[in-house]
Amino acid sequence: MAAALMPAADAIVGPRRRLALLLLLAPALLWLFGLIVLPHVELAILSLRARVAPRVFEWSFAQYLTFFEEPLYWRTFVRTAVMSIAATLATFAIAFPAAWYIAKVAKGRAHSLLFVLCLIPFWVSETVRTLGWMILLRESGVLPRLLVDLGLTATPVELLYHDATILVGLVYTSMLFMVVPLVNALETLDDSLIEAAYDLGGNGWSILREIVIPHAMPGITAGAIVVFMLTLGNYLTPTLLGGKNSLWFTELIYTQFITRFNWEQGAAFGFLLLGLSTAIVWCGLGLSGQRFADVMRRS
Amino acid sequence: MAQDLEVDRVTKRYGASSAVDRLSLEVAHGSFFSILGPSGCGKTTLLRMIAGFLAPDDGDVRIGGASMRGVPPNRRPVNMVFQHLALFPMMTVGDNVGYGLVRRGVARAEIRSKVDAMLARVGLSGAQGRRIDQLSGGQKQRVAIARSLVLEPTLLLLDEPLGALDLKLREHMKLELKQLQAHFGTTFVYITHDQSEALVLSDHVAVMNAGRFEQVGTPQELYYHPKTPFVAAFVGANNRVAGTVTNVEGDVVELVTAAGLKLRGRREGELATGGGAVAFARPESIVLARDRAQLPAAMQSFSGNVESLLFDGANSAVLVLETATRIEFRIALPQTGEFADLVPGERIAFGFDPGRAVCFRAEAS
Repeated sequence: MAAALMPAADAIVGPRRRLALLLLLAPALLWLFGLIVLPHVELAILSLRARVAPRVFEWSFAQYLTFFEEPLYWRTFVRTAVMSIAATLATFAIAFPAAWYIAKVAKGRAHSLLFVLCLIPFWVSETVRTLGWMILLRESGVLPRLLVDLGLTATPVELLYHDATILVGLVYTSMLFMVVPLVNALETLDDSLIEAAYDLGGNGWSILREIVIPHAMPGITAGAIVVFMLTLGNYLTPTLLGGKNSLWFTELIYTQFITRFNWEQGAAFGFLLLGLSTAIVWCGLGLSGQRFADVMRRS
Repeated sequence: MAQDLEVDRVTKRYGASSAVDRLSLEVAHGSFFSILGPSGCGKTTLLRMIAGFLAPDDGDVRIGGASMRGVPPNRRPVNMVFQHLALFPMMTVGDNVGYGLVRRGVARAEIRSKVDAMLARVGLSGAQGRRIDQLSGGQKQRVAIARSLVLEPTLLLLDEPLGALDLKLREHMKLELKQLQAHFGTTFVYITHDQSEALVLSDHVAVMNAGRFEQVGTPQELYYHPKTPFVAAFVGANNRVAGTVTNVEGDVVELVTAAGLKLRGRREGELATGGGAVAFARPESIVLARDRAQLPAAMQSFSGNVESLLFDGANSAVLVLETATRIEFRIALPQTGEFADLVPGERIAFGFDPGRAVCFRAEAS
């Protein structure tokens, strides 16, 4: 059957060619439709109905109104957005020098070794990695004890359950997704451009701003989009490292679906989060002057 | 008056080997100076030391009389046109040309008028707003030169800028470069492995080999009076014949090859009877004849058989094997059409004036 469908490539014409294309795309289309489009349609319907009596529903914006009326919900929403942006910026600030070193300074074996070093943490599951952070940071953990031993603090301090802790965890989890597109973007930068700029009177800072960053912009944007979306939708890291002190919007969604069994509210939250990430990515693209298609092509 | 560029016994070592070895050179103001050498001879290393991207291990580079020791590239009165031009693709043509002026903090209105004037001088008026990828190869070349010259450097360094162009455009850009240099009067230091570029463009050429200069001179001197076997072999086409000196008479040397071919040539350097020697005779200095009797009496004459014909328009040549010794000679085909009917295998006579061949002592190897 497969052999019959695949004679010499140029012999496939017209409808047969279209059929072959369709068959090849089928798994991807099924995945896209079955796992993304269908559930979202269902969620959209769920989010727009209110229960007026047992098993009786009617169309309503009640779930969305609840979100705006309850300060806990929208404050968590804004907090999640701000923290995600902060995490993305912090990841960029840390990943850029590392990517520069990998792409431009390290040669031969050091180059591949450094790349692998970035990858190694991902061989361990996210849960275990985050639990590792907890072992390091909890009150009876390694770091607080070290601080006491060094005489910096009198008693062990609780380093978990702060916003900063969440940021550290999120940046750590996202590093690779920023480093890879940055390395790719920086590797395509011709060294002679930097030399030419230097030769024409540029200095380190002006070359970074006028030559390196504009060249790497598609990579920066791609990395930032991926990191931002991963961070915004992360559940495990904020939950484990933030505990009860720091709520993340995904925790609210989880609570609505699983604890409160209020699927309608959870679905509405899900759509709000989707809208938020779309809006922020769109703003980011506008600010950096990149087109989405270009960014995706270059990354 | 101080020379625009003085390189004083500069050395650059990589590990045990020297890329540039105690090399000195002087370039006069307003001249076009080329450094010609095969790849790996150290010419790029030398250029990068002049530009300031590399620091010499020893010796000094002086530009306009001032020592450049410890001066970074962005503070040197030198600009460079890179091998692949290195135009900034993220900027327009105007911003590329204005880049150096912006970095110097020149007022915006002045930058605009200088950029406009410079683009007009390289024949690209009105191209300010165009993107780099909208330019042709020749236009990019001109933008790269304009970008450097707008800063009015004492010295412009060019690192094989024509290497990436196709043949036709390269020929055209050669002339254009020459005209631009004459027009601006800026001192150009040009490095290339292409001898035709060096000969056509330069006032002076330095032939470089293994980190040292073999000979520095005008293109004519290099071509007609090479001082070393390397220069004779590297610049222009040459027939090389090695043998033993049998007689030295004033400036004329007679040598005999291992196979027994005797020939005479002009002496260059010290040569002693019984020592090894190499002779070089240019294809165009060898004269063809149907018969040895037709060759002028002053010439030494040989007979041979046509091995093959190499047609290349005005540079056409024949390969001839000398009858007795089977030594191959490349001989330029006269453009008069006299020998247009030659066929491989045909018997032919050839000869050359001893004064047009040059003999060196064979290098100890």
